[in-house]
Amino acid sequence: MVEKDHFRQVLQHSPFHDRIEEHNLIKNWMSWNGYQTARVLDTLSAEYFAIRSGCSVMDLTPMEKYRITGPDSLAFLNRLVARDLSKLKPNRVTYVVWCNDDGKVLDDGTIFHLGDAGYRLCSQHHQLDWLLISSQGFDVEIAEETHEVAALAVQGPTSCAVLRAAGIDGLDQLKPFGIQYTQLLGFEVMVSRTGYTGDLGYEVWTEPRHAVDLWDAIFATKHRGLYDVRVIGLDALEMVRIEAGFIMPGDDFITAETAVRADHDRSPFELGVGWTVNLDKPYFTGKGALIKEKSSAIKRRLVKLVVEGNKPPVDSFLYDAMKGKRIGTIKSQTWSPILKANLAMADIDYINGKAPREIWAEIYYQKELTWHATWARTTVSEKPFWSHPRKSATPPGPY
Amino acid sequence: MANNRGKKYDAIVIGAGHNGLTNAAFLAKAGLDVLVLEKNEYIGGATVSRELHEGWKYSNCSYVCSLFRPEIYQALDLGRHGLEVIPLQGSTTFMQNGDYFGSYHQPTVRRREIARHSKRDADAAIRFDADLMKWCRLIRGFLLRTPPNPASLKPRDAWEFAYLVKQFYGLSESQIYEFIRFFTMSIAEYLEEYFESDVILAHFSGGSIIGTGLGVYSPGTAYVLLHHAMGDVDGNIGSWGFSRGGMGAIAKSIAASFSSFGGEIRTAAEVRQIRVAGRRAVGVVLVSGEEIDASVVVSNLDAKRTFLGVMDPKDLPEDLLHRAENFKIRGSSGKVNIALDGLPNMTALPQGSPLTRGHMHFTDTLERLERGYDDWKDNRWSADPYVDALIPSQFDPTLAPPGKHMMSVFVQYCPYDVEGGWSDEKRDAFGATVIDQIAQYSPDFKSMILHTEVRTPLELENEVGLTEGNIFQGELTLDQLMFNRPFPGYAQYRGPVKNMYLCSSSTHPGGGVMGAPGANSAREILKDLRRLNTVPADFGDD
Repeated sequence: MVEKDHFRQVLQHSPFHDRIEEHNLIKNWMSWNGYQTARVLDTLSAEYFAIRSGCSVMDLTPMEKYRITGPDSLAFLNRLVARDLSKLKPNRVTYVVWCNDDGKVLDDGTIFHLGDAGYRLCSQHHQLDWLLISSQGFDVEIAEETHEVAALAVQGPTSCAVLRAAGIDGLDQLKPFGIQYTQLLGFEVMVSRTGYTGDLGYEVWTEPRHAVDLWDAIFATKHRGLYDVRVIGLDALEMVRIEAGFIMPGDDFITAETAVRADHDRSPFELGVGWTVNLDKPYFTGKGALIKEKSSAIKRRLVKLVVEGNKPPVDSFLYDAMKGKRIGTIKSQTWSPILKANLAMADIDYINGKAPREIWAEIYYQKELTWHATWARTTVSEKPFWSHPRKSATPPGPY
Repeated sequence: MANNRGKKYDAIVIGAGHNGLTNAAFLAKAGLDVLVLEKNEYIGGATVSRELHEGWKYSNCSYVCSLFRPEIYQALDLGRHGLEVIPLQGSTTFMQNGDYFGSYHQPTVRRREIARHSKRDADAAIRFDADLMKWCRLIRGFLLRTPPNPASLKPRDAWEFAYLVKQFYGLSESQIYEFIRFFTMSIAEYLEEYFESDVILAHFSGGSIIGTGLGVYSPGTAYVLLHHAMGDVDGNIGSWGFSRGGMGAIAKSIAASFSSFGGEIRTAAEVRQIRVAGRRAVGVVLVSGEEIDASVVVSNLDAKRTFLGVMDPKDLPEDLLHRAENFKIRGSSGKVNIALDGLPNMTALPQGSPLTRGHMHFTDTLERLERGYDDWKDNRWSADPYVDALIPSQFDPTLAPPGKHMMSVFVQYCPYDVEGGWSDEKRDAFGATVIDQIAQYSPDFKSMILHTEVRTPLELENEVGLTEGNIFQGELTLDQLMFNRPFPGYAQYRGPVKNMYLCSSSTHPGGGVMGAPGANSAREILKDLRRLNTVPADFGDD
């Protein structure tokens, strides 16, 4: 229950807040979904390499979470999202996007089949209104449970080893997108082999009252000298999610509900997530528009671009030749320390359904407050920029 | 009376309200010799602040600012002429059960507060804000443009109309349908497509009835919400501000800008008639009998007052007289200005709440708002009125002595033709109704009152010259907007005789302290005179 004087503390604290604050050496906070969330806690590169070379921990509690229960849960969700959920088994997770009637993406997220406990939908943005609008005629209960579930993302090559050392058993056989339940120090935790890093990793879920014990169990492995474990902020996550080729609603595209200008919203095909759209399944919201869209050449795409050189293509315009015609813009970008390359998500006009043969970025950068302009050739990558076999190895190795 | 034949002005502007001054300033900036005539002994019209109780400054008509065009602010250099607009901080609707809904200026807190009343409404607000922004963005593009004449085939009109159509069809197909619905719906029906909580419905509908003779269930009120939401303070669309020193500071700064271009203002100089010779305006005659010549005469009076007041009916076409007689300009608002001995305690608010610094309302359901309208239709003031109360002295030290406060209370509804006619007793009883309502939420409020000024539509008409006390100088309904404002065929600021123009809020884009009618009119005048255009173009939202 929210108190009347909630204005006194603008950003909410998650159940892990006190622990995170101890690790947050530079107090660089920001808002994530109204929660006080670290942007960087110590140094960005240390946090990045914790994800890619060791074990990183991040508080997932602020992620928007909904519980869907009732006899029509599957029918409702299958009507909501573009992917076919009929084959989603209990204790499995899948990535989904959902659209409005115009076939434009409202948000993306993951659906967890929790067996008898129904389904959990995790989304980037607030969706309660849309879920309730969409649920008319279905016998379902929809409840927002963001603050009722505490969750940590434990990601990196040693994440499995760390969780095992922390006392979480049975992870050997947990496959990617699988869910398992286990006891830790006498309370129940749910572990899913999911994440936003493109690496070996897990998300660990429990009740808020056990949050600190869960945290302490994980960090005990570090204090015992077994593994390095590091809390990461949103900036490091941004780097690895681009490397892994994951899109970010609101950053890489405007969600359909918040788009003000016509033609600023995007379809799943335009976002490169057409692989999650199943036009053969029964009617779902946006299906008609998506069938129609599929019948003609695609007009634009969110593409993954490797940008040559080392100058960061921040907010750069893109052209079909050096000093050529403007065809798009960079939406998000990062320097990849592991690939030693500039990687970007870019919105590009297609010609006759195809990417332009050449794509050039005009980059403005500064050295000692003096600005320079340069051009860099870019290459479209259809696959994730970076992937590693350990991501899906079962059982996972120790590092 | 001696005629002032020694001097012929390039232009006379009748009425020193903010639109008249804006119009005059742009004409003077173009090098014209301009005279502004004002009937009152002070300037500002409804954009005025005066010391009406010793030590207290009342903005006793308009009271907040959002619509004033930043393009005009910049072009007339109003910042250097003393204008400062401070953003207001949020708004509150107090509830009968002791709770309240606070629309905080801090977005995270605002969202959580909506969720405190309805989790669903907090998410629906995202959809609502985006949809409202679609219509804001569209309408804002028309504010500093002259409405096209849709029936004309002149090249310029065709081009303007094409622009309008292009803007309109820049929308997607479904957006066009939604837009047409939006313009014709009632605010209650519109909001009910988004929200479920009674207090949130009531809170967001308030802006839709301010100044109009319409209720929350009347078709067309959804647009009035847009009219109140389309302004901005420093680019924050929909936010409202308060000008330091009161609303009069806006008129004063425009007047200072006007003077810097060599303009002249005469107060206590009421115009009796616009003089017409050979179908041309040639000057004015004052109530005093003095005649003043001018090449151009601009009326900043409302359309009724202009055509039925200061023009000779013999100079006017029959259809225009007929239109002027039927122009909808109904008084529906009152004002109570209060000097306070201290800051009243709003019982429902926790200590230190920032909400005291924003708008305060006390009607928490759509039904109560509609009942308030029912009273007005029966020629009574609302027994349970919608009020918009503010205490700007909390952040403007020029309004009241230290520790003391000034409260501005806008009241909807109050009729122009009250049952049996207005009297001093009735006016006081109307004021008491408003004070009683506020006192229900603040036990120490009454004991803090040092002085009260109560204004009914009748006072607004008599003092400011607004016909029937209508604050928009004409209802903001679709039949009186864009190329229909004030009347079809007269929406391009030109009067029925040559060299005579309109610049008041009776013209596009309508009421509110916006300055746009005055500026748009100046642009048309300068075009006719083949002078350099000094009126800025819209900054553009894209």
